[in-house]
Amino acid sequence: MRVALFATCVNDAIYPSTAIATVKVLERLGVSVDFPAAQTCCGQPQFNTGYRRETEPLVRRMGRAFEGYDYIVTPSGSCVAMVRDNYPRVARRSGNEELTRAARSLVPRTYELTEFLVDVLGVTDTGAYYPHKVTYHPSCHGLRMLALGDRPYRLLRNVEGLELVELPAADECCGFGGTFAVKNPDVSAAMGADKVRNARSTAADVLCGADNSCLMHIGGILRRQDAPQRAIHIAEILASTEEEPLV
Amino acid sequence: MSGTFIGMPTFPQAARGAVHDVTLRANLRHATHTIRAKREKAVSELSDWAALREAGKRIKDHTLRHLDRYLVQVEETVTAAGGIVHWAADADEANRIVTRLVKETGESEVVKVKSMATQEIGLNEALEAEGIAAYETDLAELIVQLGKDRPSHILVPAIHRNRAEIRDIFRAEMGEWGRPAPDGLTDTPAELAEAARLHLREKFLRAKVGISGANFVVAETGTLVVVESEGNGRMCLTLPETLISVVGIEKIVPAWQDLEVFLQTLPRSSTAERMNPYTSTWTGTTDEDGPRAFHLVLLDNGRTDTLADEVGRQALRCIRCSACLNVCPVYERAGGHAYGSVYPGPIGAILTPQLRGTTSEIDASLPYASSLCGACYEVCPVAIDIPEVLVHLRERVADEGGRGHRLEKAAIRAAGWVLNHPGALAAGERVAAKTRRFHPKKLPGPGAGQWTNSRDLPPMPAEPFRDWWRKNRP
Ligand code: SF4
Repeated sequence: MRVALFATCVNDAIYPSTAIATVKVLERLGVSVDFPAAQTCCGQPQFNTGYRRETEPLVRRMGRAFEGYDYIVTPSGSCVAMVRDNYPRVARRSGNEELTRAARSLVPRTYELTEFLVDVLGVTDTGAYYPHKVTYHPSCHGLRMLALGDRPYRLLRNVEGLELVELPAADECCGFGGTFAVKNPDVSAAMGADKVRNARSTAADVLCGADNSCLMHIGGILRRQDAPQRAIHIAEILASTEEEPLV
Repeated sequence: MSGTFIGMPTFPQAARGAVHDVTLRANLRHATHTIRAKREKAVSELSDWAALREAGKRIKDHTLRHLDRYLVQVEETVTAAGGIVHWAADADEANRIVTRLVKETGESEVVKVKSMATQEIGLNEALEAEGIAAYETDLAELIVQLGKDRPSHILVPAIHRNRAEIRDIFRAEMGEWGRPAPDGLTDTPAELAEAARLHLREKFLRAKVGISGANFVVAETGTLVVVESEGNGRMCLTLPETLISVVGIEKIVPAWQDLEVFLQTLPRSSTAERMNPYTSTWTGTTDEDGPRAFHLVLLDNGRTDTLADEVGRQALRCIRCSACLNVCPVYERAGGHAYGSVYPGPIGAILTPQLRGTTSEIDASLPYASSLCGACYEVCPVAIDIPEVLVHLRERVADEGGRGHRLEKAAIRAAGWVLNHPGALAAGERVAAKTRRFHPKKLPGPGAGQWTNSRDLPPMPAEPFRDWWRKNRP
């Protein structure tokens, strides 16, 4: 089984710890992971802002970078949704053969991390240890576009020492939305404030999610409030062990 | 008369006021969350909801694909039943037609059934300019009209008002329009409803002309359908001598049997009722019963342009249930007025810029009035992929290159070059990591500055992932 990590541009540049954690979890479960260095960005920010043509080279790049792998695994639900929902659209609109081939080949092989663990590896216990109170924000892409369902919850429930508490109004958008946060700052901030209020009402030590873009937004508000709660990616919790704990 | 949306600021500016209006936020939150929970329950009662949703989508798509044929059929069947069909290419033409028809009756007052189409064309204002008073008879519309306000929701146009505000409006304004509010009116729902009932009864019994829209037009028989909760519509449809219905051309369904789908999905999606209390249907004219003259004004007003857009045309499937508004987190915070049109919320964000075009600043800002969370698509009973259309319209706006978009495009292009050269990307990441001690938590200036008004930037890591990989997995 040839597995490639798609780190995503955000994780590569800002949250390398999430990509490292993904590598560690997968390796611990016996998967040998490769990181094709030709990868960059899936094109989600460009596409969602209305620059479809500007995403075409990135679709082509993704197709080439991940050629030959059985699975492409990424710790970012929204990037998987980009590949699955929007690559076929980009390809169709361009009428370009290479893009069509890239989309057709990438869509069935691209997996979100929790999806890959549960569906492909058949694992719900990653052997993790994390003695903290945690609440989970499902993120719109994971919830509605990928229908991740209870996969992340099952993984978290099997983490030793972890106490999982329910997040009120979990299915509501946190207000990030890529460029939405910049183009509509007031509404975005109001949505984020409500999400953080709900998260803090759980008294959890950690708000965890499967998408660092949402966590950057939520975590940024938590930091601004000097809250004791932190926003942490689920991969880092699943990678945490007694010998090598996440601090 | 109620206000118009002309000259509205862009969505982000208009939303700013709403976000910080505590009463408005509370009114909206309460109303949308209540209806949201009820809708979910009403929908979950039906085991075949997914099939009904798919059926609704197919019926509408089929009709839109053959709209030319069905429009001709509607003209034939309505005419054969004794009605008169008029064609209106735009709002001005529709207003001219209706004004002429009212003037021909010699009347200077009309009663109205709640209708989105007549609001869309600004009919009340057009009639007023010609000396004709149009009375809204739907309770919520009445509140908006008396309050010289603008509607902020498709189904509950006064959703932004609470009971105390409504009482104040009734007390202050009803007397100006007809029967005044009873002395000592309180804000209990029963008293407010009774005050409206007495006020409106006078209007129903006096009016010689009624104006309505329609939820559906059945092509095979030329029948129009209005679904409502209060029964006021039925009074307007049956009591006056002349009935004028203004209907968008996308409201057609081919056959009566198609109603079996929509009469299940519409009430459950909109009011969370299993069935709406009043369903009225009318076909042409009938001797000794109902209006003696019936006019159908078929309205285009941007609909054929919308139909021509391969991705955007699905917006014409909309049955105006307003479910997407009630689940939308952006609508909940920004309020309906921020959308600058009678169609607020997610459907407004895709329908308005298609009907009106994207040349004005408010219309160009609407496709961005969404975080693309997808809640609207999930609840839509005719499965309109609103996020898909939003992104599609963003492309149109970005292509037109209006204010701000030239800079944005240049930035996207520059980023695109870096992203297509992993070596350059890695170098940039390394510089950012090396200089991380100098990165501020807040940024100055627009764009990034707005981001850090309410959030801190994450600290930069010591090294990008690709460098970690090179060192640790050689
Ligand atoms: S877009 Fe869908 S959910 Fe929204 S009002 Fe129209 S039919 Fe209802």
